[in-house]
Amino acid sequence: MIWLDILVQGILLGGLYALFAAGLSLVFGIMRLVNLAHGDLIILAAYLVLMGVTLLGLSPWIAALVAVPVMFALGWLLQAAVLNRVLGKDILPPLLVTFGLSVALQNGLLEVFSADSRRIPVGALEGASLDLGLVTVGIMPLMTFASAIVMIIGLNGLFYHTALGRAFRATSDDAVTAGLMGIEPKRIFAIATGIAMVVVTLAALYLGMRANFDPSIGPARLIYAFEAVIIGGLGSLWGTLAGGIIIGVAQTFGAALNPEWQILAGHIAFLAVMLLKPRGLFPRAVD
Amino acid sequence: MYRMTTHTRAGAVTAISAPIFIVAALALPAVASRGVVQDLFFILTMLTLAQIWNLLAGYGGLVSVGQQAFVGIGAYAMFAGVILLGWNPVLAIPLGGLAALVLAVPTAFFAFRLQGAYFAIGTWVIAEVTRLLVAQWKALGGGTGTSLPREATSSILGTDAIRTLFGLREAAARDVLAYWLALALVVAVTGGIYWLLRSRLGLALAAVRDNVDAAQSVGVDTGRLRWAVFLIAAAATGLTGALVFLQTARISPGAAFAVTDWTANVIFIVVIGGIGTIEGPILGVLVFFALRSALADYGSWYLMTLGLIAVVVMLFAPKGLWGLIASRNGLHLFPARRRLTGPKIEGGI
Repeated sequence: MIWLDILVQGILLGGLYALFAAGLSLVFGIMRLVNLAHGDLIILAAYLVLMGVTLLGLSPWIAALVAVPVMFALGWLLQAAVLNRVLGKDILPPLLVTFGLSVALQNGLLEVFSADSRRIPVGALEGASLDLGLVTVGIMPLMTFASAIVMIIGLNGLFYHTALGRAFRATSDDAVTAGLMGIEPKRIFAIATGIAMVVVTLAALYLGMRANFDPSIGPARLIYAFEAVIIGGLGSLWGTLAGGIIIGVAQTFGAALNPEWQILAGHIAFLAVMLLKPRGLFPRAVD
Repeated sequence: MYRMTTHTRAGAVTAISAPIFIVAALALPAVASRGVVQDLFFILTMLTLAQIWNLLAGYGGLVSVGQQAFVGIGAYAMFAGVILLGWNPVLAIPLGGLAALVLAVPTAFFAFRLQGAYFAIGTWVIAEVTRLLVAQWKALGGGTGTSLPREATSSILGTDAIRTLFGLREAAARDVLAYWLALALVVAVTGGIYWLLRSRLGLALAAVRDNVDAAQSVGVDTGRLRWAVFLIAAAATGLTGALVFLQTARISPGAAFAVTDWTANVIFIVVIGGIGTIEGPILGVLVFFALRSALADYGSWYLMTLGLIAVVVMLFAPKGLWGLIASRNGLHLFPARRRLTGPKIEGGI
């Protein structure tokens, strides 16, 4: 029975990793940009939500709602003012710029919020659980997983059933031709990064409510997100969820064997998938 | 009548002045204080790492964010040689290069499956895996790390001669030895890269950098080229890591596999100085050291400033500070570009 329990916990943890990964996947899919500051932006959003809770006395959900437009604006600005300037055939400039941003953001957060670990208080919900007969699951992990599924359905709906989504797909396929049809790629990119930051805020909310965080943990979140995207295969959000679940299950099983092996087991699962399926489990995009 | 040449007047000046610089640097410990020797050791090892990363990213197009894997494994292999095998620390340094070379084979195997930007994070994952595995190595202190034993540090090859030569105490003599080894390493790495760029391999690298398809069409084996560059860079990085931790004589997984120290700082040095040139990292390391000294009292603001400067340089001067200088007056201290010389064609096209 204990193994079933570990399996379920791992699957639910995968929901959190899918939330980390969706923003990364979105931005890469549309503009072939890997944002190395993605993890640090999640931590920034978590501090924003925390400030809403501690300084303004809001509930975490309302604080996240307040943080959403702020993060959207930040993403839009980041893309319009910085990243659009370095996008091009050469992958080096965007990589180095986002890496510089990552280090700057991490140390800026450290200076402002100190290295103390913090947590977004959620009251009774924190320890609440649901008895499903065979296993008992926490309400919070369950909500995280459900949110990940709702978010993927929402993003897929946006992508395949709206004019904006059509513009996203057109720009992704061929930015020059899309430009001829009256789409302005740079404006589309700015909106896409803004939306990615909305997803980041949702990820940050659950990250901060479920566990302690501090300014230094951003890069590790980036790595989990990246592994989920690669395992799932580029261009498929459901694949990303599957990738997150594989990392999550590997981590909980690793931790059950020896707490020191938790993170290592996740990485090894990633390397094993890379060995067997270099293009991921459900590849859609080519590159 | 027409000849291909890489010769420039500035290059000739470098060829004459470089040996003078090296001899002066060798003699420096006779007059410099221990603090200066330690600072120079730091500058030289960072410069070595910067030149290597520049070879990878600037010439080879391999943007690795996982070089700390090779620094760490090199340092740990040196410690293993001393503690487990009882080797003299200086003789254990090559073990660091060898271990990094061995680790580079599976790393390249995995990371080369990832295209472009994903390669960067792929190397980072491997570095994390290596760090987590080494932290399980209980004989070398596990997660908390260990120190070189007293008997080993007091009998390092060559320190006795340095003590009598300069009349120094043991710890200071060890710093001088480390400094000389760092000097030898930086000269070998810089000289080696310069030679590489002027060789057939360098021509192939430049061709791949400028246009992969065109390079392949004239017979450049891009896959083999990437392997060669990656393995050479890993071995040299491992040697540097072993040397750095020979000087500190203390190791822990956190310090040996630090992404900030061994990759972020190195990337900033190369970007600020100028990527894709040998002069760039040299200029970059001087700027880096000046900033570090000036902002030493401001904690994390220093790294934040460094990151932001790198972003600004990338946005407004993508070829770095050296790029600005070179574009003004065409200065190339380490010319590697092949130019055609001969009589000027009059009139015509």
